[in-house]
Amino acid sequence: MGSEGMTQLAAKRARPGPARVPALAVLQYHLVGYRHTWRGGVLSSFLLPTLTVLGFGVGVGAFIDQGVEGVSYLEWIVGGLLASTALQVAIAESTWPVYSSLQWTRIYFAQYAAPLRVTDIMAGQLAFVLFRVLTSAAAFLLVTGVLGALRSPWAVLALPVAALLGLAVAAPTFAYAATASSDSWLALLFRFAVIPMTLFAGVFFPVESLPVGLRWLAYATPLWHAVDLSRAATLGTAPVWSVTGHLLYLAAWAVGGWLLAHRALRRRLVV
Amino acid sequence: MTTAQPLIQARGLVKRFGSFTAVDAIDVAVRAGEAFGFLGPNGAGKSSTMRMIGCVSPPSGGELRILGMDPVRDGPEIRARLGVCPQLDTLDPELTVRENLITYARYFGIARRVARLRAAELLDFVQLSERADSKVEPLSGGMKRRLTIARALVNEPEIVLLDEPTTGLDPQARHLVWERLFQLKQQGVTLVLTTHYMDEAEQLCDRLVVMDGGRIVAEGSPRVLIEQHSTREVVELRFAGESQEPFVSKIDQLGERVEVLPDRILLYVPDGDAAVAEVTALGLHPINVLVRRSGLEDVFLHLTGRTLID
Repeated sequence: MGSEGMTQLAAKRARPGPARVPALAVLQYHLVGYRHTWRGGVLSSFLLPTLTVLGFGVGVGAFIDQGVEGVSYLEWIVGGLLASTALQVAIAESTWPVYSSLQWTRIYFAQYAAPLRVTDIMAGQLAFVLFRVLTSAAAFLLVTGVLGALRSPWAVLALPVAALLGLAVAAPTFAYAATASSDSWLALLFRFAVIPMTLFAGVFFPVESLPVGLRWLAYATPLWHAVDLSRAATLGTAPVWSVTGHLLYLAAWAVGGWLLAHRALRRRLVV
Repeated sequence: MTTAQPLIQARGLVKRFGSFTAVDAIDVAVRAGEAFGFLGPNGAGKSSTMRMIGCVSPPSGGELRILGMDPVRDGPEIRARLGVCPQLDTLDPELTVRENLITYARYFGIARRVARLRAAELLDFVQLSERADSKVEPLSGGMKRRLTIARALVNEPEIVLLDEPTTGLDPQARHLVWERLFQLKQQGVTLVLTTHYMDEAEQLCDRLVVMDGGRIVAEGSPRVLIEQHSTREVVELRFAGESQEPFVSKIDQLGERVEVLPDRILLYVPDGDAAVAEVTALGLHPINVLVRRSGLEDVFLHLTGRTLID
């Protein structure tokens, strides 16, 4: 190690200290990792919406002559599919990556040994989840727009909705993954939360056609609130519920999930 | 800060996990520029102490000051000036060697351009320049450990904490790590390390504490500890037969002290060759005889009645 180079470097940096926005440094780390893997995912983020639009919209839609609520089936489901894509990306990115960073690669322990706080580690991870949710949602919007499935330019508002939903589900999922004692708990989350939500939270048919008990269960899921907003955006109509109500409900999930995740990660890192 | 003030000062430091006391009221002072070791078997409380010093584990009692600051209140500020090489690798196997260093440097607010230069220098230092752009996954254990050491140096730390730096490495890889650590020590970096290897402690540490069951049982330089707690030489004798026990009473008056291990008897004497001659004069014929200098292993055996590695 050239001692001259060392002194020069030392002079360039005033005092060693935490990064100015530490969470941003954590996000950068995740993006560097993503540079190695994005090629595998990019095809599926375009292919998947294309296939679902063709399969559900054109294929299933052909059996539904009169459409739903006055629009074609394809136009009706596209907003919901966008929200459910956001849900799946958000949960996938906050289950195994979080579990692995605590159990396998133990990256979070390395980050906590640096001048990062629990909050920075979490914020950086969730910012990366949001990046993945937003780019997937944007790809979805682009494909469906090209295929003529969007009825209104308001459809762009589905992006912030996807982001809010992403945070609303990723934050509690982070808490869940950080407390999971084995990775089989993660697969359970998909079986018992993601799949039922996708099926019953108004993506493929109106929640109103469910029996009352199940209907309230659907209303309780964060997905339904995002589906209603997202559908309103792609159709250019008013949502079934109030916009403020939806936003507040999703924000409550995000804030509650954040607090749980912070507690869970703290318990793992600070012992 | 004056040089007289210790960089790390612990008084009555305690760490409890539920009803289990991992660290039981230890006093430690590490001065700038020294290589300080925590020596002891697994479960002695070394790693718990290191985690408290690394400001990732709040003390359960006592007082701890690092760089003059409080590890609980000033955690990030202190950690910005520490380098940590943990016992288990925490590298990102999916990133390249270089990316592991640069992304880590960013956590310390080091500009990307500076981080890149620094990474190149450090890879040179730990002899990994040729692997700079390969992924971490396929690297050998020794290479990963050297990369972890390089990562611990990325912020030009004032104190480097090394938890079992060569555990699990083959002898050649261990020597390469020792060489690098010795060079750091020469540059005046304060090193704090834990180990259950005597040779590692003897090679690297200016001063060390011997820990057992969460307590410090001895403190000093390797040389002073050996002088205080052992004789100059040791004769290792192995007798034929199921047990070594029957031979103990025949030879125990020959040395200052005798230790019986399952497979041999250790005779602590000032002059090994003379003692061997006396054993032979008694008409005893051990199947194996070894005369050696006393080491920290003998100190530990004397202080705790147990060997370090079971």
